[in-house]
Amino acid sequence: MTMSDTPTPELTGGALKRQLGRALRRQKLRALMLVAPLLIFICVGFLMPIVSMLVRSVENNIVVETLPQTITALESWDVDSTELPPEPVFRALVADLQVAIENRTALNLARRMNFEAAGWTTMMRRAQREMPDWDLETDGPFRERVLDLHRDWGALETWRSLKAYSSPYTTGYYLAAVDLTMVSGHVEAVPDNQALHLMLFWRTAWMSGLICFMTLILGYPVAFLLANIKERHANLLLILVLLPFWTSLLVRTSSWKVLLQDQGVVNQFLVWIGLVADDNRLTMINNKFGVIVAMTQILLPFMILPLYSVMKTIPPSYVRAAKSLGANDWTAFWRVYFPQSVPGIGAGAILVFIMAVGYYITPELVGGPSGMFISNRIAHQWYVSGNWGLVGALGTILLLAVLVLYWVYDKVVGIDNVKLG
Amino acid sequence: MSQARADGFVVFDRVQKSYDGEILVVKDLNLSMPKGEFLTMLGPSGSGKTTCLMMLAGFETATHGEILLDGKPINNIPPHKRGIGMVFQNYALFPHMTIAENLSFPLEVRGIGKSDREAKIKRALDMVQMGAFGNRRPAQLSGGQQQRVALARALVFEPELVLMDEPLGALDKQLREHMQFEITNLAHNLGITTVYVTHDQTEALTMSDRVAVFNDGRIQQLAPPEDLYERPANSFVAQFIGENNKLDGTVETINGDKCTVRLDDGTLIDAQPVNVSKAGERTRVSIRPERVESNPDRLARDAHLVEAEVLEFIYMGDTFRFRLRVAGRDDFVMKYRNAQDQRRLSAGDKIRIGWRPEDCRALDA
Repeated sequence: MTMSDTPTPELTGGALKRQLGRALRRQKLRALMLVAPLLIFICVGFLMPIVSMLVRSVENNIVVETLPQTITALESWDVDSTELPPEPVFRALVADLQVAIENRTALNLARRMNFEAAGWTTMMRRAQREMPDWDLETDGPFRERVLDLHRDWGALETWRSLKAYSSPYTTGYYLAAVDLTMVSGHVEAVPDNQALHLMLFWRTAWMSGLICFMTLILGYPVAFLLANIKERHANLLLILVLLPFWTSLLVRTSSWKVLLQDQGVVNQFLVWIGLVADDNRLTMINNKFGVIVAMTQILLPFMILPLYSVMKTIPPSYVRAAKSLGANDWTAFWRVYFPQSVPGIGAGAILVFIMAVGYYITPELVGGPSGMFISNRIAHQWYVSGNWGLVGALGTILLLAVLVLYWVYDKVVGIDNVKLG
Repeated sequence: MSQARADGFVVFDRVQKSYDGEILVVKDLNLSMPKGEFLTMLGPSGSGKTTCLMMLAGFETATHGEILLDGKPINNIPPHKRGIGMVFQNYALFPHMTIAENLSFPLEVRGIGKSDREAKIKRALDMVQMGAFGNRRPAQLSGGQQQRVALARALVFEPELVLMDEPLGALDKQLREHMQFEITNLAHNLGITTVYVTHDQTEALTMSDRVAVFNDGRIQQLAPPEDLYERPANSFVAQFIGENNKLDGTVETINGDKCTVRLDDGTLIDAQPVNVSKAGERTRVSIRPERVESNPDRLARDAHLVEAEVLEFIYMGDTFRFRLRVAGRDDFVMKYRNAQDQRRLSAGDKIRIGWRPEDCRALDA
């Protein structure tokens, strides 16, 4: 090979960038191939469900798909009017329902409208029995016949909500998720006896915050001990901290049930030493207290581990330096050691709080009605009511709330200051 | 020791230390320092020098014996009440505070008012030429600058005693030499008593008034740098300080401050008896490479000469270095200054070497 005498021309601007891009392409491709399985898994198992949840929370096809002619006919009817819709609307309704009954979609519509106002299932069952026999050409007018089927067809509310939910998208689920409802085109608060979600959101937030604080109070000394004793002892202690991880969550929660119930270990002991009267045992389960105790214990390792890994990186020479400069034990800790452990507190607090906000099993088992979290409500809406739209809306609000918190946290503490190890 | 106890500013009196209750890390340490002295504790790692420093600072407790500071026993005084300034190995500047806040810390915990604090901080930073850096954070400074700040922080509350634990270990060679000079100057100008720990013998020799050479939990020799190099008290010190040739043999004759030693291969050499007292004793003699003479004309007429063969010649710029085979050993080193009149030997040359008796010390075997 002979060396060329002319020097290699120096590339500038875009040309150099392209060359660099070409040189790195293979490397990037290979890196992408390595992460591809995880990437695909995340897309299928994480992103798609979230997108589907977002879609479900606003989707409202069922009304317009089941009653297309009725919705068209309703367009000229004013929601604020005190008159029932005119005959053509009723005729369109009969036509639509005849098709829906044949296609077996009428009850789906009833289930959907039931989320807004009760009674639709009965209305629809009656219609299913009578309407298929009616002849659209000869049996009119239909207004009186429909009103005879069920008196609710004569209620203005029925038609108002039908019109309100006639578009393919709706904000109704979100309104319901924050205890509001759409009445005659106006947003109103639901009656107090039905308002539940805001209270549950608030309870979930403050109880998660309290649990987070409790894990910090209990976990900080443990993490400090772990980081400052001999390796051999630290490993043993670490195993004790991790032990709960190797036990099923269900088992741990159930064992709290055993401990805290009326005839449980704690109450028996308190009665035995005479601190509590036998007929006046403490209620420590199926309420907030039980949830806080059980969740604090269950989430404790998630606080201890980030704290420990940060504390392990703090050299003991800092505290020694502080003492040699004249600080007593407390000042050395508070002004020198503690500020350097803050990144660990941040990491632990975020981890515990976010996990607590979405917790389900423990509040379900030891919470009772007063210790219920928002996720229990979401689960209830899902498998008892089948209201997927509301489930989506509640879930989305929960997700957004966590994202907003994360953002605020980043502004205040700075996410760069968070260390998991 | 009682006299020293009365005189010394810092006194270790029969101090012992064990971490596990089985092995003594420090065995019977006796040391007395006058006020204003710069004393270096030098030794290989694990020799007990850092433990001694930590006992003085109050982070370790002596298992036996007493440590006195200015005549008062300090065994039971916690570290924050001892008022001793300390510079740590990796500086231990608080990363979440600015330089000024770092310096302010020891003044705040002493309850000194704001204006006084500011004046003292400014004076301390100016002293180490870091006056312009008060608002920076430690991470924004170079190693050398952090070193200066650590020094300023240890001095800002005007302690009478300052401890330094290998403070220059993390710096590069040039900066280290510069800082050695600055630290000694500062210490002498301020009249501070300084205890300096290092494993770097050059540092110990250039900086200190006296050096305590540690090994195996004991002070092997406590002497000014010159004595240490010229007159090592035992073979450990001779080996540890500077380069050194060692030859094993038996004392043949002793006559006052001169003796002859019969090496194990039968060669007879001149030496000065240090740790030997009578003929027939085993000994290990030590000769500095630069004191070996290959020109017999420069030695006394009756000096014993030794046959040697040049094995290797190493050019080192300012010096020439020769590896020789002497008395059956291949690691004998001879050093010349690089001067016009020096002859260059090459591998394979057979020469005769010798030395003045006072340059060859007959030590413990």
